Amino acid sequence: MSDLIDALLIGVKSGLGFQAIFFALLAIGINVHFGYTGLLNFGQIAFAMLGGFGIAISVSQWGLPFWVGVLVGIAAAVVLALLLGLPTLRLRADYLAIVTIATAEGLRLLFRSVSATPVTNGTRGLSAFNQSFIALAPWDTQTRYRILGTSWSGGELWVAVVGWVLVALSCLLVWALMRSPWGRVLKAIREDEDAVRALGKNVYNYKMQALVLGAVFGALGGMVYAVGTGSAIPDQYQNANTFLAYAALILGGAARVLGPVVGSIILLFILQFADTFLRALISNGVIPDALLSSTDVAQIRFVLVGIGLMLLLVFRPQGIFGDRREVMLDAR
Amino acid sequence: MPADPNTGSTAASSAAPPARLAQKALADLPWEVGVAKPDPAMVVDKVTRTFGGLTAVSVDHLEIQRGGITGLIGPNGAGKTTLFNLLTGFDQPNTGTWTFDGKSLGRMSPHQVARLGVVRTFQLTKALSRLTVLQNMLLGAQGQSGESFLKALVPGTWRAQEKANTEKAMDLLRRFKLDAKKDDFAGILSGGQRKLLEMARALMSDPKVVMLDEPMAGVNPALTQSLLGHVKDLREEGMTVVFVEHDMDVVRDISDWVVVMAAGKVIAEGPPESISQNKAVVDAYLGAHHDAPLTNEEEDRVLAEAEAAIAREEGVAPGGTTPETISSEKDKP
Repeated sequence: MSDLIDALLIGVKSGLGFQAIFFALLAIGINVHFGYTGLLNFGQIAFAMLGGFGIAISVSQWGLPFWVGVLVGIAAAVVLALLLGLPTLRLRADYLAIVTIATAEGLRLLFRSVSATPVTNGTRGLSAFNQSFIALAPWDTQTRYRILGTSWSGGELWVAVVGWVLVALSCLLVWALMRSPWGRVLKAIREDEDAVRALGKNVYNYKMQALVLGAVFGALGGMVYAVGTGSAIPDQYQNANTFLAYAALILGGAARVLGPVVGSIILLFILQFADTFLRALISNGVIPDALLSSTDVAQIRFVLVGIGLMLLLVFRPQGIFGDRREVMLDAR
Repeated sequence: MPADPNTGSTAASSAAPPARLAQKALADLPWEVGVAKPDPAMVVDKVTRTFGGLTAVSVDHLEIQRGGITGLIGPNGAGKTTLFNLLTGFDQPNTGTWTFDGKSLGRMSPHQVARLGVVRTFQLTKALSRLTVLQNMLLGAQGQSGESFLKALVPGTWRAQEKANTEKAMDLLRRFKLDAKKDDFAGILSGGQRKLLEMARALMSDPKVVMLDEPMAGVNPALTQSLLGHVKDLREEGMTVVFVEHDMDVVRDISDWVVVMAAGKVIAEGPPESISQNKAVVDAYLGAHHDAPLTNEEEDRVLAEAEAAIAREEGVAPGGTTPETISSEKDKP
């Protein structure tokens, strides 16, 4: 029983920690792209990587202040979004998908390559760029704090607090935009581009604005991740994260302001809870070693998430927050 | 749904009798292809569009009268929809110029054409399914400041405009009998209701030219009447209407001028009553080698000829010539 409570607490901490914030911000960006505008961005992690490395390179390599690094990261993501959007947004939706997925993988390989080592430090990545940010914490970052039974270091707590404020502000921004006529045009583009063109809207411009906005959210997510781990390593930014963020978005409900946030919290909670609880059961002998060893757990938890998603799509295809009527229209 | 099929037309006729100025203006024109109109809104000159080896559209000269209803007819594959796409910027022609109000529309993208006041609907209705009916309508309004990214964040800059647009949208929805559905998703509307919504949405932009691609396709007869009434209303409001349609009764009923296309070319134009007498048109629809209905004497003559031919064949066959010719053909290397 105490194992279960422990696992629950560790899961809750994970669902509120910087990784959940990372996925929430990625998913908020994907929500703007995919949920509202219908853009298929399969390389959201590339924007996150530029955000994270924007800070890391600016601070560790160029000796710039932390906040300049934040601006560099955002600017880099905006430039990448423009570069990806310029040739592809005039074409069918599939082309953006192809280009983004290739870019995400290509950029990671570039950042970890030998020739990029002078800037990115290759596969070992960069570290020691977040001290000035951690130093801003209004409490002692060295001691550990216990909150509702979970234990946080002062630094972790500071990153989490700032991160959730960032998530809240992002949600506020998305909410304000999507209830405006601007958001209405985006949703109409998702439904049918040609109809929107025939009504005198410059669809290309709107798609570009949406792509850039979502990219900035992605970059912010990457920054939270880099600051949270205290290091920026190219292989942290595997494109599998993009698809986990998609899973979070669908879990929470696409085209809903809070969908991606709640989806990320639940996703991270399930992953961590399943991991801890299964390991506890194995070490207690409740699950016999022959059936499942503790080395398998890391994979099994993703299987559980997959089964969970399948059940969700069967019984609640609109996600937690979605509108069932809206989703059912697609089936016609 | 739109329960009373006659509303549109009665509304139009109960007011002052329709002026049909365009019809009068066009009455004295010769019935020939490329004829100059007294007051053309759109002028098409030497526009061609080819897809590979296929020439989809090749229009030498065409003028569309302002304030009139121009029907565009022709068999399937005649290039009507392609011409629509070219005129509204959805496709670019290989050669040619075309102007609206003297302004060249060449190389313009669809949204620029729409902003000039030329709006279109689509053959396959494009209702924006996961937007409500009212949102569909509001999207049609032009010059919305809330549609710019930065102003969208300050509701004060667009609230008043949004309110005015909503009132206008509700007026139009009432006219099209869709006001009860305003908060429903457009995706749950019936096919006919979607046609109505698409037309109403186009009207939100206060267009000068409305181009309707098969507005009556797949619509039940009662609703067709109501749609017809709405199209006539557009003319009463001074708009220029161009529409593609297959139903000849509809075309005869409402159009002031009819343009017939076949195989990418304009083969005839004139007032609706002229079209059914036009040989080129009949050829295009029925094939060039059609015959007029047979009279009794002709029928007898054809029968006699056929019988004679059969008799000849039978007379020849016993002689063995036919099989022999076949076998000799076969034996050739």
